[in-house]
Amino acid sequence: MTAARLWRWAAWVLTAVIAVYLVAPMAIVVIISFSDSALLNFPPPGLSLRWYRSLADTPAWRDAILVSLEIMVITAAIATALGTAAAIGLASWRGPLAVAVRSLLMAPLVVPHIISGAAIFLLFDSWGWVGSMHALVFGHTALALPYVVATVGAALETYDRRLDQAALTLGASPRVAFLRITLPLISPGILAGLLFAAMLSFDELIVSLFLSTPQLRTVTVLMWSNVFGDINPEISAIATVILLVSMTLLALQWVLSRRRGQSVMPGLGR
Amino acid sequence: MSTPVLELRGVGKRFGQVVAVTGVDLTLDKGEFISFLGPSGSGKTTTLTMVAGLQKPTEGSILLNGQDVVPLPPYRRNIGVVFQHYALFPHMTVAANIAFPLQMRKVPRAEAGQRVEAALKLVGLPGFADRLPSQLSGGQQQRVALARALVYEPPLLLMDEPLGALDKNLRAQMQIEIARLHRDLGITVLYVTHDQEEALVMSDRIAVFNHGQIEQIGRPQALYERPATPFVAGFLGDSTFLAGRVQTLADEKAVVQTAHGALRGHAATGLRVGDAAIVAVRPERVALLGADDAPRDNTVQGRVSDVIYLGQSRKYVVRLEDGAELLGLQPVGAAGVALSEGAEVRVGWTATDCNVLPAG
Repeated sequence: MTAARLWRWAAWVLTAVIAVYLVAPMAIVVIISFSDSALLNFPPPGLSLRWYRSLADTPAWRDAILVSLEIMVITAAIATALGTAAAIGLASWRGPLAVAVRSLLMAPLVVPHIISGAAIFLLFDSWGWVGSMHALVFGHTALALPYVVATVGAALETYDRRLDQAALTLGASPRVAFLRITLPLISPGILAGLLFAAMLSFDELIVSLFLSTPQLRTVTVLMWSNVFGDINPEISAIATVILLVSMTLLALQWVLSRRRGQSVMPGLGR
Repeated sequence: MSTPVLELRGVGKRFGQVVAVTGVDLTLDKGEFISFLGPSGSGKTTTLTMVAGLQKPTEGSILLNGQDVVPLPPYRRNIGVVFQHYALFPHMTVAANIAFPLQMRKVPRAEAGQRVEAALKLVGLPGFADRLPSQLSGGQQQRVALARALVYEPPLLLMDEPLGALDKNLRAQMQIEIARLHRDLGITVLYVTHDQEEALVMSDRIAVFNHGQIEQIGRPQALYERPATPFVAGFLGDSTFLAGRVQTLADEKAVVQTAHGALRGHAATGLRVGDAAIVAVRPERVALLGADDAPRDNTVQGRVSDVIYLGQSRKYVVRLEDGAELLGLQPVGAAGVALSEGAEVRVGWTATDCNVLPAG
């Protein structure tokens, strides 16, 4: 075996080890969720759907999932609208003030969520908003905005502004040129931003912890509080449900970007 | 005399302290093909952009069919524009691209369909309606861009270096096609290029731009044979420049005292006796003289320093006594004096074949 082949083998083995390291915990959680035991045994002694049935029968879980989905949809919509508008504005705005505004919008990416959470809590608490739906939506929107600004900004960077000029000379007003030319061409970026915002909102915990009350809590907050109570495979079942929602959003993004023949999935992670 | 399609009056554009265009006057009659020729940064594209309405002039007025269009945004000017990079909408089919300006003008669907088809036929692309721009070659994309700018029959078509991104053969082919479209449709065209050959092939008139101004405007032949300035003589074709001082002037004929003796030529306007002047002569007007040939109006001696074979002709450089270099062109296969590097030669040209231009 040549040295080059050896190295290639080593690279494959390393890749496999890392992949297993990343995926194994999720796989174990998913498998345990189908356990018929009341304990978190692995491997489970037998398989059943009892914990999913238990989820469906517990109103607290059902309510929390609905709250999370509702927040997710509204957050994604608001963040996408605001983030797209901001990205378009920033694309043609130069100067120190533009840099300041961009930095401010992108800040939630680098500020630890615990800091953002505490700050948002203090502000909303003084307004008496804690425990309300709009508080959770606004909190999540602030965190999701930079993702939309980044994905739409990336799409605009590859967008050829001369197409706007061409549209104008052909008789399109700036509004029509935006709707007919710019918007369709940056839509993959907008879609990516929308799905990122949705994903972020659905599995957000820290800000939600600050803003939730026992009367209104997201599914992640409910999981968090249940971890300290009697722990059984029900927690795995709800984790699997959350995983499924996130994976669906990711798959949707992937399929849509492939169908358009362009990937607008910048290397953004959490 | 009918109203000109386009009239520029003292048009200028400043960016802060930088003057991009200044004092451009021009009238363009119906059916005329005019080219803006000049080096990059000479203001030709900026002037076109102002006519299109994508930039506002800082001085002067632009009249389209007698109406001042400076206050009008581009989408109310009804001018066709073809860009160097085509600017086709990548998410629309060829047919949708061409139909776009018709939709903007609320042309009924059925009629728009017919006009799109006719436009595609006009540019030689029937059957391409359902392709996407990315599935076309550069030349085909430029034809689509042309069809899109022609389909609404604008009174004026602007073209900004439309062939700049194409290779040489395709460019020559497209030049002929654009000239044919211009002739057949009787459209009025303003064409921007930095390629002198392109301008010569297609234009009724050429405006040579330099430093944000029109240096000279005229028919291609007039511009080539009677350039008004050394810049025009050098930009449009090759020229050899020999410096001197005007000795006598009579009936547009000048005698210039140079390091190579008295040279005779056609005097440009504005020259006076005693002025510093430049004698400009085209390489193809220079003849190699044999030992028995009589001297011409202008005859100089020198040594051949380079001979470059160009296929149809040989270009040669004659180094004159004071070190000045004179370009000559000899058709390949022509009878006459054999060319060899290092040979002492006598070259001559007639007075009417050369121009005496103001220096500087």
